[in-house]
Amino acid sequence: MAGLQHEVDLLRRIPLFANVEPAKLKLLAFTSERITYEDGQELFHQGDAGDAAYVIISGSADVIVDTPDGEFRVAHVDKNAFVGEIAILCDVPRTATIKASERVETLKIMKEHFLRMLKEFPEMGIEVMRVLADRLGSTTEELTDAKNKIRELQA
Amino acid sequence: MEPSLFKYILRHSRKQQLWIAVIVFASMPFVLLSYELPKQIVNGPIQGEGFDSPTATADFLRLAWEPPSFIYDGELVFFSGFDMERLPYLVALCIAFLGLVCINGLFKFYINTYKGRIGERMLRRLRYELLDRVLRFPIAHFKRVKAPEVATMIKDEVEPLGEFIGDAFSLPLFQASQAAIALAFIVMQNYWLGGIALVVVLGQTLIIPRLRRQLLVLMKRRQLMARALSGRVGEIVDGIAEVHVNDTTNYERADLANRLGQIFFIRYELFQRKYFIKFLNNFLAQFTPFLFYLVGGYFAIRGSLDIGQLIAVIAAYKDLPSPIRELINWDQKRLDVQIKYSQVIEQFETDNMVEPDRQSIPDGNVVLPLEGQIEVSNVGVTDDTGAKLLERATFKLPLQQHAAAVGLVNSGAETIGDVLAGLAAPTAGRAQVGQYNVEDVPAAVIGRRVAYVGVETYLPQASVIDSVLYGLKHAPLQPPTEDSDNIPRTLEIAEARRAGNSILDIDANWIDFEAAGVKSAGELQHRVHKVLEVVELDQDIFDLGLRGTIDPEGAPELAESVMKARTELRERLLEAPLKDLVDPFDHEKYNHQATLGENLMFGTAVGDTFADANLASNAYMLGTLEKSELDGELFNMGRGIAETVAELFSDLPEDHPFFEQLSFMSSEEIPEYKKVLTRTAGVDFANVKAEDISALLKLSFAYIEPRHRLGLMTDELEAKILKAREMFRENLPEENAGGVEFYDEEAYNQASSLQDNILFGRVSYGMAQGPARIGEEIQKVLTELDLRDAVFQVGLRFNVGTGGKRLNALQRSKIGLARAMLKNPDLMVVNRALSSLDTRAHEKMIKAVMEVASGGESGHRFGLFWVLQNAELARNFEHVLVFEDGALVEEGEPVALAGSDSKLSALVG
Repeated sequence: MAGLQHEVDLLRRIPLFANVEPAKLKLLAFTSERITYEDGQELFHQGDAGDAAYVIISGSADVIVDTPDGEFRVAHVDKNAFVGEIAILCDVPRTATIKASERVETLKIMKEHFLRMLKEFPEMGIEVMRVLADRLGSTTEELTDAKNKIRELQA
Repeated sequence: MEPSLFKYILRHSRKQQLWIAVIVFASMPFVLLSYELPKQIVNGPIQGEGFDSPTATADFLRLAWEPPSFIYDGELVFFSGFDMERLPYLVALCIAFLGLVCINGLFKFYINTYKGRIGERMLRRLRYELLDRVLRFPIAHFKRVKAPEVATMIKDEVEPLGEFIGDAFSLPLFQASQAAIALAFIVMQNYWLGGIALVVVLGQTLIIPRLRRQLLVLMKRRQLMARALSGRVGEIVDGIAEVHVNDTTNYERADLANRLGQIFFIRYELFQRKYFIKFLNNFLAQFTPFLFYLVGGYFAIRGSLDIGQLIAVIAAYKDLPSPIRELINWDQKRLDVQIKYSQVIEQFETDNMVEPDRQSIPDGNVVLPLEGQIEVSNVGVTDDTGAKLLERATFKLPLQQHAAAVGLVNSGAETIGDVLAGLAAPTAGRAQVGQYNVEDVPAAVIGRRVAYVGVETYLPQASVIDSVLYGLKHAPLQPPTEDSDNIPRTLEIAEARRAGNSILDIDANWIDFEAAGVKSAGELQHRVHKVLEVVELDQDIFDLGLRGTIDPEGAPELAESVMKARTELRERLLEAPLKDLVDPFDHEKYNHQATLGENLMFGTAVGDTFADANLASNAYMLGTLEKSELDGELFNMGRGIAETVAELFSDLPEDHPFFEQLSFMSSEEIPEYKKVLTRTAGVDFANVKAEDISALLKLSFAYIEPRHRLGLMTDELEAKILKAREMFRENLPEENAGGVEFYDEEAYNQASSLQDNILFGRVSYGMAQGPARIGEEIQKVLTELDLRDAVFQVGLRFNVGTGGKRLNALQRSKIGLARAMLKNPDLMVVNRALSSLDTRAHEKMIKAVMEVASGGESGHRFGLFWVLQNAELARNFEHVLVFEDGALVEEGEPVALAGSDSKLSALVG
């Protein structure tokens, strides 16, 4: 198995990296660590300092937020997902916990490497903006829904 | 010390000097005889003098003396000798000659060894005295002393003294008497010629020393320069970090070059003067025969001097220059060593040296506990520049109180800490600790009843355990069970006495169990563990133990237990959740988590032969690869790696963060590898240069599939590597046998650490938290097998390195603290130690120490005087002293000082 080539193919399927030339993706894969998490292990925990983002190569994981009432699962991510980018983009602590819900294989992309790639490939930056804007849109939608529900309940 | 070297020599070796002189004179007749005999052999039996007729005989060993006629007319015959014919006479004389050669040789042998011995003994005495003085210097004196200079003085500068001491008296006596005899003979032959010789010799002895005066000054300067040079070298080495961070290497180079240059010019001038003097000397020596020939010849021609007399005078003069030269050389050496001696001892003379009595071991080795209180009245301390460190401090504390002193740096708080531990002498006032005034308290009391931990703890090179026990070694307690070296102890003692050295035995047991509050070595071990726990060093030392190695022959039980731990761990690794975390070493399987090189060698390299850096160029390894037909394949694999790296990294700027992840080579090496690739492209493997092969093999040797993921490993290649592994092990030549310790499932690997022996495999790449999880599991296994303590003991044997540099500053400080508590003092002074700890950790440590000081397990309560960096922590103490600008400005319970207008509150901020 040519692990590296496989990883490059995987990276290309992620919209964020779709426009990056293959040679650079290979370099990114070569310099990134491949890490396996067992079911129940955390990729990172909410509140930790963020030093890397992860591409999920196989398996799936839960996105969990700590609330005063305990842990709350907000999303589920699986193959080809790119997680953990917020903390390294904005230099803030992890906003959520990612916990493997089965055996998960990831490619760990270090913060400096990712930022450097962004600098070198403006397309990647635009892609990041697009993804984030997308997410903002859906979050706003959910927020509106939630507000409506609250109003209904209050009424 | 004696200001003059000769007085020093006489004081300590008068008898020996006398004896050597006696022996030298006793040997003289034999020396003269051995000069005489060859003449007799040639003249007598060989040339036939006295053997005019075939039947003539000579008397062998005839002893007769013809005294001056006014005493006795005729000849006194003591022994008429043996009547011998010509041939037997020749044999007898030759045998006598051989006998003389032996006797002279033996005399020389005896004299030289004897001289060597007194010289060496005196040197030992002198060095010991100098060191003894260093130990008695007042602490403040060390501000002016450079360690390398002291070392040079004690070791090198006094060295020539040893050679000289044996010759100090005997040589001038002997040579001068020889010269005198020769001179007397000349005078007896002819007054005039004798007079000439005498005048020249007198001239030599008068002029030469005058010329030498300038030499003396130069020699002094040279010695000082050389000493300063070693001081500078020491400074550079100690402060190397400063040199680098300030980019002053070139400044230092210039300084060194300048000093070396100065030494050169001094020496050059010295040579010029020295050899000019030598020239003058030689000239004067040759001037005398010139006069003899001229004046003597003139008289001979005139007929007023017998030619036979002239020849005898010239012959006698031949014997004169050599003793004179010897004398002059001796004098030269005398000057040299005398200067060295006075220059050295000058440096070891200082005021206020500690009296020897204060440092001696007390009677019965008993030191009574301190009782009463600390009483400081009007104490002032002024340093050597006249700066006031402390002024009129007055306070009283019960000895057992736990007190803190706070204040900014140089506020006087640290000075009072030093005063209480006897490290700084009050220049005014009086400081009393228990029954003693700190200025004349015996060292035994302050060193045993008061413990001190300063800002920095200096550890000499030793094991951790030796460093911890250092504070218990005040006196030899039990003689050693066996002599560690092959010199009998009685002889060692006798010789030490002759050289005025200490006769205390370093090999004895110095560890004072009683002082540590224990009765046996076992209890001590337990206590050491406890104090190290208090200072939170136990886990560090356990980790050092895990990373340490043991000699399985020296500790067979531990090695066996480690093997058990290995088996146990391996079983656990077979099941979830640890499954796949480790790839264990198995000689029949390729280890995917290890490098290809490690898989080939399958062992730990010992020394450089098979070390990673050399493996790819090692002839035996290359031969093995060739035999197993792997060389070409691995070479191509190396090419593949190099190509990938070159392709991926070639257009990146050198500072690109990606380079950090590149394990095969550094960014600077990439261009070189590109060249290698070009050179080897399309070239038949057989024609590739050896260094290119090694360069590329190095890459394939470093390859780990799960880590690098280039997909270069195949089952076929693995099988071949396993075969090569077998071959490498089977055919390892004898001379390389020590270069590798092979992995063996059944045996302890001496070259690997305990941890690697237990793990016996490689942690898998890419498993989240892999090393940490395995580390935890190893600890669990060790705890279950009751091995923690054994590993801890291995950690205790860890060598801390020069100045304890293999530990960090905090660990060193902690050892200082542990050592201080271990000796159960009555008062413990902690002077701004541990300030690198954050407030929380520092407070925790203070509380732990305070618990010990409150009696803890041992039941021995002792006082604390803690000079704190962080005033906030003063709240933990019973009493607080606040210092400001060298004065005590406030004291009391911390609660009483908590008010917002207090100085303490101001310091806490």
